[in-house]
Amino acid sequence: MTEISEEKLLWMHRRMVTIRCFEEKASELFYKGELPGFVHLSIGQEAVPVGTCANLTDQDHITSTHRGHGDIIAKGADVKRMFAELYGKKTGYCKGFGGSMHICDYSIGIIGANGIVGAGLPIATGSALAQKLLGTNNITVCFFGDGASNQGTFHESLNLATIWKLPAVYVCENNHYAVSTPASYSVSIKDISERAKAYGIPGITVDGNDVIAIYEATKEAIERARRGEGPSLVECKTYRWHGHFEGEEAMGMTYRSKEEIEEWKKRDPIPRFENELKSRNILDDLKIKAIWDEVRNEIEEAVKFAKESPLAEPEDIFKNIYAGGE
Amino acid sequence: MKTITYVQAINEALREEMARDKTVIVMGEDVRASVFGATGGLLKEFGPDRVRDTPISEPGFTGAGVGAAASGLRPVVDIMMGNFMYVAMDQFLNQMAKLRFMSGGQVNFPVTVHAPIGAGGGAAAQHSDHPVVPFVHNPILKVVLPSTPYDAKGLLKSAIRDDNPVIFFEETTLGPMKQEIPEEEYLVPIGKGDIKRGGNDVTIVAVGCMVPQALSAAEKLQAEGISVEVVDPRTLVPLDKEIILNSIKKTGRLVVTEDDTPMCSFASEVMAIAAEEGFSYLKAPVRRVTRVNVPIPFSPPMEKFVLPNEEKIIKAVKEVLS
Repeated sequence: MTEISEEKLLWMHRRMVTIRCFEEKASELFYKGELPGFVHLSIGQEAVPVGTCANLTDQDHITSTHRGHGDIIAKGADVKRMFAELYGKKTGYCKGFGGSMHICDYSIGIIGANGIVGAGLPIATGSALAQKLLGTNNITVCFFGDGASNQGTFHESLNLATIWKLPAVYVCENNHYAVSTPASYSVSIKDISERAKAYGIPGITVDGNDVIAIYEATKEAIERARRGEGPSLVECKTYRWHGHFEGEEAMGMTYRSKEEIEEWKKRDPIPRFENELKSRNILDDLKIKAIWDEVRNEIEEAVKFAKESPLAEPEDIFKNIYAGGE
Repeated sequence: MKTITYVQAINEALREEMARDKTVIVMGEDVRASVFGATGGLLKEFGPDRVRDTPISEPGFTGAGVGAAASGLRPVVDIMMGNFMYVAMDQFLNQMAKLRFMSGGQVNFPVTVHAPIGAGGGAAAQHSDHPVVPFVHNPILKVVLPSTPYDAKGLLKSAIRDDNPVIFFEETTLGPMKQEIPEEEYLVPIGKGDIKRGGNDVTIVAVGCMVPQALSAAEKLQAEGISVEVVDPRTLVPLDKEIILNSIKKTGRLVVTEDDTPMCSFASEVMAIAAEEGFSYLKAPVRRVTRVNVPIPFSPPMEKFVLPNEEKIIKAVKEVLS
């Protein structure tokens, strides 16, 4: 930890707080009936993307999932344009064509969240192929979940990236559930990182609520990828506090005990990181409160921007079919 | 001019575009050895980085083509046989087709898919489909299906240069077909049909491998005093509806022929266009000549029975004239 600059630690803290506040606000807006469609939130998982993306530049790429808000905020996405997309507004990242599950920002290397579990894995692999063949020093991080690790695309991608020695890092956000199906039931082994052995690449499991541990594990994998030594698999064990999607309780879906959820809440990655920062005299309670206030204010501003923006309109559809416009 | 086969035309298009643009790569199963000849010799000229054999992982390398296209390459994804596309349908229909649209147009996906298709070789049902329709049905993917060496070369070059995903289907049964083509470079535009033979009495809209059969049928019908116009759309999406409607306007009679099963087929769509937009031109009910609605059986007499052919086209033309 000593090697991480204070500036970077503060950036990491602020990004984690931003994800938490964004997701809490998205939940609130969903239950008020303001957001169309599905919303999949990552509250509790903030440490994984932040610890990983702290090692990346704007030229590096990530792919993300249906539960992608946290990943893309960690990569630097603008919360104003994110909320605008959630509202289906013209000013949204995808001009209202994508919605919550499909936010991307190619200008900062967010080459797509994805609504199909496991679909981002080959796409990330192809991105890494391009980075290698074009002679860049950039790498691609592929975020995916425990559910995706059972898809054929996971195995095909790790195999491809290994035989082609691609600059890719596969980061498994293992939140222990694929919708309602526990990983303890659906995954053939205890640690998904064990699957790296099948491809002869490094695989490591880390505490997915410890942002420093994630930073260090992904740093090693990312540096290895940049050195041209090929891909790695990093599994981060974490937990989503909310349901698979907002509103699932109302549909009568119960598959986790209250005790289990409460147990994981005690391992909240944000206060844990704040305690670490306090012990290093980087933050104190007053400064922490000021950061939360600032971020909450920023989120309110973003929602205001989104609400005041014009809705996407049907006549926009046909301007967006092919490259080059109509 | 020079004489070239259909497969050589595809090979030339790949070679010329790879020489022209170093971001063009070809990847797929056995592209170095080249099972059907389309990618033959490319390895020697362009090396293993750009002529990339893949494991048998259709979703993996199709998706890699999508990701590479979004990240600065102009990949050609080679599917050894069209039926294998079914293995990778999510990557084709949910990813390749939609990601630019879903991103609000943030980035282009200049990826070309090359897939040989067709029956007639005793390959049985899992190697003989003509899987054009799932891609045509998708509202965005561009789909081309050339019927001559000239069109194959010009359309593949246009497909590779297109900033959108294009599915380029190769008709395996046309592989040895020869034609004179120009020595100098040319392109065939995507989205423009071609009148392969002019005529006045009946329009045959024929696609892919049915074009030569329709032309041969037209020749025989001419001997009986029946003048047939053969329209080859060449591109199925975006479709040149005008060339079809103009021809129906002239002849008033339509036969559509396609080497596929009839339910919700491309032929069905052409008939729907004729009914919706050209009904007033029609002097007789329209007919289509397609495969019998079963999977391709293995044994040669059964396979021959199922496939559309010249005799079936001639019969249909006479029916719309009676």
